Amino acid sequence: MNPKDQNKYEEPNMVDTPLHHPLDDLLRTDRIPHIWCPGCGIGTAFSACLQAMRTSGLDLEKTVMVSGIGCSGRGAGYVKLDSYHTTHGRAIPFATGMKLANPDLNVVVFSGDGDLFAIGGNHFIHAARRNMALTVVCVNNFTYGMTGGQVAATTPYQAKTTTTPRGNHEAPFNLPLLAYASGATLIARWTILHARDLTECLKQALQHSGFSFVEILSPCPVNYGRRNRQSALDMLKMFQDKCIIQNNASPADLEMDFAKRIVLGKFVHVQRPTCIETYDKTCRLADFSKGKAA
Amino acid sequence: MKPAVLTGEHYMTGDEACAEGALAAGCLFFGGYPITPATEVAERMSARLPGVGGTYIQMEDEIAAMAAVVGASCAGVKSMTATSGPGFSLMMENIGLAVCTETPCVVVNVQRAGPSTGLPTMGAQGDMMQARWGSHGHYDIIALAPSSAQEIFYQSILAFNLSETYRTPVLIMTDEVVGHMSERVIIPDAKEIKLMSRPTPKVGKERFKPFAPAENGVAPMANAGEGYKIHVTGLTHDEKGYPVMTVDAQVSMMERIMNKFAKNLKHILRTESHRIEDAEIVVVSYGVSARTALAAVEDARERGIRAGLLRLITVWPFPSEMICSLAARVKGFVTVEQNLGQIHLEVQRAAAGKAPAYLAGHAGGSLISPEQVLDVIEHGF
Repeated sequence: MNPKDQNKYEEPNMVDTPLHHPLDDLLRTDRIPHIWCPGCGIGTAFSACLQAMRTSGLDLEKTVMVSGIGCSGRGAGYVKLDSYHTTHGRAIPFATGMKLANPDLNVVVFSGDGDLFAIGGNHFIHAARRNMALTVVCVNNFTYGMTGGQVAATTPYQAKTTTTPRGNHEAPFNLPLLAYASGATLIARWTILHARDLTECLKQALQHSGFSFVEILSPCPVNYGRRNRQSALDMLKMFQDKCIIQNNASPADLEMDFAKRIVLGKFVHVQRPTCIETYDKTCRLADFSKGKAA
Repeated sequence: MKPAVLTGEHYMTGDEACAEGALAAGCLFFGGYPITPATEVAERMSARLPGVGGTYIQMEDEIAAMAAVVGASCAGVKSMTATSGPGFSLMMENIGLAVCTETPCVVVNVQRAGPSTGLPTMGAQGDMMQARWGSHGHYDIIALAPSSAQEIFYQSILAFNLSETYRTPVLIMTDEVVGHMSERVIIPDAKEIKLMSRPTPKVGKERFKPFAPAENGVAPMANAGEGYKIHVTGLTHDEKGYPVMTVDAQVSMMERIMNKFAKNLKHILRTESHRIEDAEIVVVSYGVSARTALAAVEDARERGIRAGLLRLITVWPFPSEMICSLAARVKGFVTVEQNLGQIHLEVQRAAAGKAPAYLAGHAGGSLISPEQVLDVIEHGF
């Protein structure tokens, strides 16, 4: 053996070391490693979602994850449930068709801010208006990560992205306010730093009978943070310093100000008949509720 | 409460007959969006579906309508939508998803004159190439073309049967005239209607691969909620359904998708011939234009010209081999269609220079007259 080689760093023997994750039974472990970058928050959001699924009491054989396109949109590819990775922006209408076709399914949409609120914005507001019984989980990393960090409908004012090299001159959406105005019946915002609150909230969202929406703030150090002189830790530190928890806060007061404060919590949790309930009541005669057709 | 199959003799429009055919085929989900001249299909389905245990939803646009149809089908329900040109353009994205994920569904295009908003209340057949190639990437598709209200009833059933058998979107390319024309429609007894369903998994849940083809090239399909824990993606994927970003995966996925059609072409392809055995001039047509073409063929015969009609029931796949073998013995072809030359180009291609092919076309908005076709038959050759 060449003496030089003896000094080489040796990879630990991974074959003999069984690696287990507590959520392995809910993961497509044959698809690991995943594509998410070091420092990305999607993994934390994703595991919070899986943990919530496990503790929610839902029948996981009847639970489906639907994603659109983007980094968060890859969620459906890693969950060991029936999972559908659809077209860009269309996870919600796809999920709507699925839920209406088989109301016994629990349909979870897991996707990103670009997918759900720019190209898919129209679908979001209409699903919320209908109170379609879906759980919509949005990882908001303030940018289009998959394509390298372009400006999004959620990018903070003046933030730098590859398509706003001099700063973003547009105003971002206040997503909980949009959800509220559209008719969503459970609305919350957490960050990946608040993993326990987030998991508990996702559990409630999964158990909620109507349209639930959980926004999860997450760092994208590689494609967003890098251009704004912000490491993953910087953003987590900011989450720690600036976030206040204020359940039931008015959605109109939830605009994010990274220098001052970001309000987290569960803002809305109300009951309203779902789209399927109102359809059955209005459109079907008594004996023809779903599945009872001759 | 009305049953799914309205057995009996009716007087109804093509759009209504389309809806009734779909219901007879077992369709239980319709994702709609209003558009002239297809709205009546949605209206009929909205009234009828809840009574047979199905669901109608009017989505926020045609993109959503098509996405909902694909989602509903993945949940195991026979699903459809109906639209016209502008909506058809918007649906292309998720028609592509259905192609790539091999999800059965039926899309009806009641064609109107285009491009763009065009003539909303007047018919055309200008979307025939869009039907073939409208979504990005290379793929095969099935497109049917009904000529009457009665035929659209049967083609709706056929469309669902083909789509379920081969796990593919099937397009019904009708037009405003067939859609809005009222005709006699006879609906048979339910027991006389043969229905097909998607092939179901034959192996255990652990071993099941959602895109591993059976002998006929079609992979058995598991629906959401059946416990197979499948992954379905519009990314290039392997037989397990997992995304694989390699050239090899792309090549084998494409082979698999194309093979479904190549292996089953003789079961899919449908044409109807009229007086073609001794014909010197073969008129090729489809949909409403085939009615004009038939009249022109009869007129030509009266004038001593040996003309025949080849009516395409499946416009896609196109009967290339049939045209090719006819080209070896006939004087030529005349294609009759309500556009300025789409299927005409296919006829030319298939004839491969062995016989001339001419077009009797129209820009859209009006039916072609038999005289116009006769003129091409008489003076073209």
